Amino acid sequence: MINSIKIDEKEDTPKVIFDPSNNFFEISGRSLPEDAILFYEPILAWLNKYSYNPNILTELNIKLNYFNTASSKLILDILMILEEMVDNNKQCIIKWYFEEDDEDMEEAGEEYSDLIDVPFELIKY
Amino acid sequence: MARQLSSGGRYVTNRNRNIETIYTKHTIASMKKKLIHDVFHEYISEFYQKRSIMEIKLIYEGEVTHKITKAFTASVENKMTNEGESSLLKRKVFHIIVESLQNISKHAQSIIHTKDDFNGMGSFLIAKSKKDYYIVAGNPIHKDEKQEIIKLIDNINSLNKQDLSALHKEQMKEGKLSSKGGAGLGLIEIARKSGKALSYSFKKLSDEVEFFILTTQIPSI
Repeated sequence: MINSIKIDEKEDTPKVIFDPSNNFFEISGRSLPEDAILFYEPILAWLNKYSYNPNILTELNIKLNYFNTASSKLILDILMILEEMVDNNKQCIIKWYFEEDDEDMEEAGEEYSDLIDVPFELIKY
Repeated sequence: MARQLSSGGRYVTNRNRNIETIYTKHTIASMKKKLIHDVFHEYISEFYQKRSIMEIKLIYEGEVTHKITKAFTASVENKMTNEGESSLLKRKVFHIIVESLQNISKHAQSIIHTKDDFNGMGSFLIAKSKKDYYIVAGNPIHKDEKQEIIKLIDNINSLNKQDLSALHKEQMKEGKLSSKGGAGLGLIEIARKSGKALSYSFKKLSDEVEFFILTTQIPSI
């Protein structure tokens, strides 16, 4: 099985855990890296590799409280890999968490769910 | 009368006063800084009047780096927390600061190849009237970019909330992205978060370079 990814949260980059052996996938925190492509490229490469031989069900938890526009496109790229997996008859679900009064993150979740064809749950916390 | 020195500086004879002054590379850079400073302050003194500004939260002139962005957002967040501002307003201000600063550093790349050395110079202001926050960001751009920026902002200003969301989705899916963002996403987001039309202004700095000033109004909630 492919190794897991664990990136600790920093003030400008999110925590990322992609751990297939425990079937746990999460991106959480804030995302405004100095260079968004540099930060997300290895994550995309990993996910791409994983997508060829994924778990029976991949549940991606996204719990971001802020991301900049440079990150937004790369987050879409991540979701699009999941969409490709769904197209190839793999089971995926995206759980998008937003804080109760955070309309911005709620709207962002709604927009992503419009853009991609993957089961998508918006969850208030 | 001026001629180029091998050091990169300029040697100028001032006939009127019959004195000779050597302008080094350093002095020329300072002169350009001063030009930007003057242009920016001319704009903001009018802006203070027009918008009844009561308080300057932060003013900065210089190179905009990632470190600067982190420091400004942290400082403004702290201040707003101490002043008891709502978390919704804090998030909006935070978002617009990040995107405005990112715009400055992104545009800085477009003038690298002009002969004028206006690189890495940006101006930034956060101010407050009785009710509203204002974020003013100024940076040199290549004059060829001016029409494109005007077109982009005028289009954004003509759209309602739903159309902006549609444009945002379209740009995310189709738009090209550089490491600093791009595709006008930043401006769209600034407009969406502020809920107000974006104001812009251009001032000529040289034959090739213009100073672009973007002013965002964020109503207190």
